[in-house]
Amino acid sequence: METVLSVEDLTLAFGPKVIQQDITFDVRRGSIFAVMGGSGCGKSTLLKSMIGLLRPKTGRYTVDGEDYWAGSDAHRTDLNHRFGVLFQSGALWSSMTVGENVALPMQMFTELDTDAIRRLVELKLGFVGMLPAMDLYPSEISGGMRKRAGLARALALDPDILFFDEPSAGLDPITSARLDDLILNLRDGLGATIVIVSHELSSLFRIADSGIFLDAKTKKPIAHGSPVDLRDHCEDPQVHAFMNRTRDEEEKSP
Amino acid sequence: MSPLPDAHVDIPHWELQNNTGSVTVVLSGTWLARTADIPRFPDDSFLQRRGDSGTLEFNTQAVQSWDTGLIAFIWEVTRAAKDAGLHTSLEQLPAPMRKLMELLPDTIASPAPVAPRPKLLETIGSGSINGLAEIGTVTELTVEVIKNGCLTLVGRGRMRGVDLLNDTVDAGPSALLIVGVVNLLVGAILAFVGASQLQKFAAGIYVAALVGIATVREMAAVMTAIIMAGRTGGAYAARISTMQGNEEIDALRVFGIPVSTYLILPSVLSLTITMPFLYLYGCVIGMFGGFLVATAMLDLTPAGYFHATISAFGVGQFLFGFVKSIVFGAFIGLTSCRIGLKAGRSASDVGIAATRAVVVGIVGVILIDAIFAVVANAVGI
Repeated sequence: METVLSVEDLTLAFGPKVIQQDITFDVRRGSIFAVMGGSGCGKSTLLKSMIGLLRPKTGRYTVDGEDYWAGSDAHRTDLNHRFGVLFQSGALWSSMTVGENVALPMQMFTELDTDAIRRLVELKLGFVGMLPAMDLYPSEISGGMRKRAGLARALALDPDILFFDEPSAGLDPITSARLDDLILNLRDGLGATIVIVSHELSSLFRIADSGIFLDAKTKKPIAHGSPVDLRDHCEDPQVHAFMNRTRDEEEKSP
Repeated sequence: MSPLPDAHVDIPHWELQNNTGSVTVVLSGTWLARTADIPRFPDDSFLQRRGDSGTLEFNTQAVQSWDTGLIAFIWEVTRAAKDAGLHTSLEQLPAPMRKLMELLPDTIASPAPVAPRPKLLETIGSGSINGLAEIGTVTELTVEVIKNGCLTLVGRGRMRGVDLLNDTVDAGPSALLIVGVVNLLVGAILAFVGASQLQKFAAGIYVAALVGIATVREMAAVMTAIIMAGRTGGAYAARISTMQGNEEIDALRVFGIPVSTYLILPSVLSLTITMPFLYLYGCVIGMFGGFLVATAMLDLTPAGYFHATISAFGVGQFLFGFVKSIVFGAFIGLTSCRIGLKAGRSASDVGIAATRAVVVGIVGVILIDAIFAVVANAVGI
């Protein structure tokens, strides 16, 4: 299958402080790609550089062959309209109702009339099971609901590439499993390509087709492959420990 | 229904095929929500089938490309079919469409009924109760702050000195420039107004007394308090309501750290400490502003102006303004903290709290000033 997103030798840094380097990977169309690693290893930072919030220090990042960071800001915004992003805590705009949150991108970037927008908002909230909460404000709904509403908003412009930052963090196992089903269904239904940052193992094993494992100590990716492959076949002790939920070898020895 | 368009025509098109025992919705064209106008499905299309327990089927073979626009349409059709008592079969749909359809509920629940508007009497009643409760809460808070303040004075409180220091620096030295500029201009404006009137009576020298008394009794205290309400009161309210949103206040409560000692006391104390000094500073600057204008506009000697100012008011006037500014400081600190604590948890609530703190601060300062004026008049200061 063809490559949609391609990352080559990316170095991420905040000023002089390097977060991650030598990141290289490709994401195939219609696949679910997982960015894994322990806390603080730079997973979310990598995601930020892929959605235009943080310019990488060096390296190349292409979307369908187009260099993402080489073009102008306006060009990047155009490319971003192909993206749907689900932020860690939903990031709903708190002064708008759930429905208005989903409607706003359509009002800003499409020619649709009010009635058509309302139908599409209902549909997208229907996908994530949030239709009854359409007229509520973000402060009136729970964290899990905020996340689902955030997902509906990410789908607002029918993006073909979706980015999820810790979609199941803070959710109970049942809600989290439902969210996994939802992600799979959306991928199969819409044919979307999905990049997911997570350390929720059960969900990664279920949904991700391929992935990359970032290491905080060496500041480099230390393994490539699908989560299930990494669990069963990876030789690296740290990856093995992470994927099998055992403690690190070093930690075990006194 | 119009005939099926040619396959290469891109507009989204649908038609109903009535068969015995089933209805087929035949879809064709491009069904992209963003580029094409997705038609609406008329709700009465299944009218003639009502009561007939048939099956609804879909034929999407002639659809060229689609996105959620098509799904929105199919969803509308299935809902209309359910209302008409038809059984919907999604078997003919391609797997991607079917997966998306499976996510959707088969009805849209009617929106929750809007709560009826409360009656006038109810509004007045609940408003009064809320007002009384608010007075109680603020009083309670005041008592607690005073109690904790006394405990801190004897060394048994748990306020962090560094918080008080930070707040005091922020409410004092950092405010010198703006307080100075405003008071200088107010003094100058008073002198302008006074000079233009008093000159007519050849009483130009009384400009000094006018500026001096107005500044010391009213202007320096009130202007400084208004600036501090906008500058520091708004900041306190925003800070505390942001902490509310981050669950920081909840964390303090769970640890049993009294919010009144930890958060409110340093804020109130710092304003109460700095306000009288800012007042004195404002007095000096204000009179200097008057001096500049008076000596430039009228033929007054600097020494003469100085003497006229000194002899215009006594220590009592100073004391009056000094006490007033202490009350203003405590009032602004307490109300802005209370408003911050009461705020909601969203981003817009922070803005509302900051605005409210500024408005309540300014209006309250002027109200208190009016009360002081009445009392002073009765007592004869």
